Amino acid sequence: MGWALFSLYTYFLQWAAWPISCGGGGLCLQTPPRHGVSRPHPNSSPSPSFPPSWRGGHAAGSRRFRTVRSPSFPGSEGAGSATAMFPRISRLGARLLRESRAETRAGNLRSSRGILYQGHVNRHSTPVVTPTVLSLRNVLLSTTTSGDQDESSQAKDKISVTFVNEDGSEKTISVPVGMSMLEAAHENDIELEGACEGSLACSTCHVIVMDVNYYNKLEDPADEENDMLDLAFGLTETSRLGCQVIAKPELDGMRLALPVATRNFAVDGYVPKPH
Amino acid sequence: MARGLWFLSRAVGRLRPLLVQGPTRGFSASAPEQLHVCVVGSGPAGFYTADRMFKGHEGAQVDIIDRLPTPFGLVRSGVAPDHPETKIVVNQFSRVAANGRCSFFGNVTLGRDISLSELHKTYHAVVLAYGAESDRLLGIPGEDLKGIHSAREFVWWYNGHPDMCDLCPDLKNTESAVALGQGNVALDVARILLRCKAELATTDITDYALDALRGSTIRKVYLVGRRGPVQAACTAKELREILGLKNVCICIKEADLLTTPADEEEMRNSRIQRRVYELLSKAASAHGGNNYNDQKELHFVFFRRPTRFIPAENGSTIGAVQLEKTVLKGDEVTGKQVAVGTGEFEDLKCGLVLKSIGYKSLPVQGLPFDKNRGVVPNLRGRVLSSESETATVERGLYVVGWLKRGPTGIVATNLHCAEETVASILEDDKKGVLRPPSDSKKHGRTGLLEILEQKNVRFVPFSGWEKIDSMERMAGQLRNKPREKITTWDGLQKAANE
Repeated sequence: MGWALFSLYTYFLQWAAWPISCGGGGLCLQTPPRHGVSRPHPNSSPSPSFPPSWRGGHAAGSRRFRTVRSPSFPGSEGAGSATAMFPRISRLGARLLRESRAETRAGNLRSSRGILYQGHVNRHSTPVVTPTVLSLRNVLLSTTTSGDQDESSQAKDKISVTFVNEDGSEKTISVPVGMSMLEAAHENDIELEGACEGSLACSTCHVIVMDVNYYNKLEDPADEENDMLDLAFGLTETSRLGCQVIAKPELDGMRLALPVATRNFAVDGYVPKPH
Repeated sequence: MARGLWFLSRAVGRLRPLLVQGPTRGFSASAPEQLHVCVVGSGPAGFYTADRMFKGHEGAQVDIIDRLPTPFGLVRSGVAPDHPETKIVVNQFSRVAANGRCSFFGNVTLGRDISLSELHKTYHAVVLAYGAESDRLLGIPGEDLKGIHSAREFVWWYNGHPDMCDLCPDLKNTESAVALGQGNVALDVARILLRCKAELATTDITDYALDALRGSTIRKVYLVGRRGPVQAACTAKELREILGLKNVCICIKEADLLTTPADEEEMRNSRIQRRVYELLSKAASAHGGNNYNDQKELHFVFFRRPTRFIPAENGSTIGAVQLEKTVLKGDEVTGKQVAVGTGEFEDLKCGLVLKSIGYKSLPVQGLPFDKNRGVVPNLRGRVLSSESETATVERGLYVVGWLKRGPTGIVATNLHCAEETVASILEDDKKGVLRPPSDSKKHGRTGLLEILEQKNVRFVPFSGWEKIDSMERMAGQLRNKPREKITTWDGLQKAANE
């Protein structure tokens, strides 16, 4: 099934000027501008949900981004020759693989095929790969996309964090390094209260780090945070305040549970707004 | 549908959480059936209730009434001026008030301007969230002497509550003040009395309070508690802050810090109490109680309970508090440690007493009330006819916040409390409890407006509060303060109607 999709895909790439469109449902080969990188989308109109502090972007990331998604983008030149096309397709394939790898780490996608292909990518310079159907879907329809993927996956600029509600429902988001979990939750419409807006004067952004290994990677809470945690509802051994947990590469794949009372009243039929 | 889209776009532009429009009920092509809710009280309990109602019900229309022209309850009149971070939550409350489905009616008093039964006829659900505006009494001789105030009155005074702006506590007749109680409110009043006035000058403390404090002769404040440091009711953040006050010598007796096995057990079970005790022990050993620099003093007095107030020479003002030494005994019923008198007494000289032993709610005509606990009897927020086991549920009446749980907890505690009450309301609505066929149609906001019109009540809408707010902030700018509060009823009315 995956092969069929992929072949269909390459067929279109060769013969059509593939429209560069985005949005849930379309074949999204470009991610929406996250860092104000000067590409088809101008710097002056970043995504409204993106906090102003990030408009500067990451120089390193944008360079890598440009390499993968520059004007040598398949569809924009019309029908190029097959030899010119293949490396680009393979880069795209590699990107799809990285997405699936990221998802695997985040625990959302457990596919043995993903792991197998990981080996393939490392060994071959022009890998012939079949992205799993799931990873393709995640890339195309994901509400968040991680743009700055490094081939060697060192010093990532974004990490993947999953928020888990008490009813078991989950949402995985991409968090830029340096952003707090509270801010990230609000950017992604996750209903985490922040009564004092991050001033360490309340305990409403209380989250529970589900894996103690990740909890141990966090810096010890300051006295002020502990004072607020004292008052948190449903406190556990691995509880922290969301406004004090700052994203860093080692936290990639962290899962945070919202304690019972912090979660806003569940709403049936609520659909997360796609970016 | 178009209206729905308009609301959606407004919410998108304003606030992400407001995107949650509530559960779709059947075929969403038609407008959702309206649920008219009235919340009495606009403090955290009231606003969190409104917030959760909007999130949980597409058709909810919420009217919040308050007897003051200004909203936000104790966030405005209770939180200390030097704790501005705690007041940030009003941003969230203002966003709730800005929701098209929400209306604020200030200057409307339940009982005087509108009765509970009138509200009941006008709304599907009435939620009482009016908190606790009275005080527990000690019930000991001399309680009515001049110079004895409840901490609530003192806090309302320096925070500019229009009911207390004329309190005029005498801060010049003495060098010693006694706060009875060791909770966060007691710490607040002690800290305001001892904090260096230059630091207070840039807060939103009222002008007249700052003047009075500048002229104050009070240099020693005693925080008196019936039990020991392990049972102290304050929390770590506030304790840490007061122990670190500039130019204040902390006096704690080492002997008071000795713990019993029962104390150790308590600390094992409670993280808060353990950390509070640790802070107090550290402070005791660090300072040693020696005041070398003629600093101000803060004394933590443990194991003492007040038995009478002794008048000064003039016979009408407080001169000293008689304290009885206590020991702790395990209570068989509750398992807690309680203070028991030993028959040994001592006097503590002072000229100002602030009783900080707890707030108390006031009953309202038509509302069941538990006089002993000072709360409205309820089951998960649904008002019950009485506190007995055979009580029945009063349809359409709900309670949230301090009126429901008693006067304890922080701002955020009301969040969980509101979620519980709103869950009950939504459950009842689903079951049809709120719309019995026997009831006539509820008119909600239009009904309330009619009643207020008939009675000639000049209510203050949220835009009126915004006028007050902007005037206060402008006046504050001139004095390097976040705001200069308007503290009289007349002043507030005028500003609201500018």
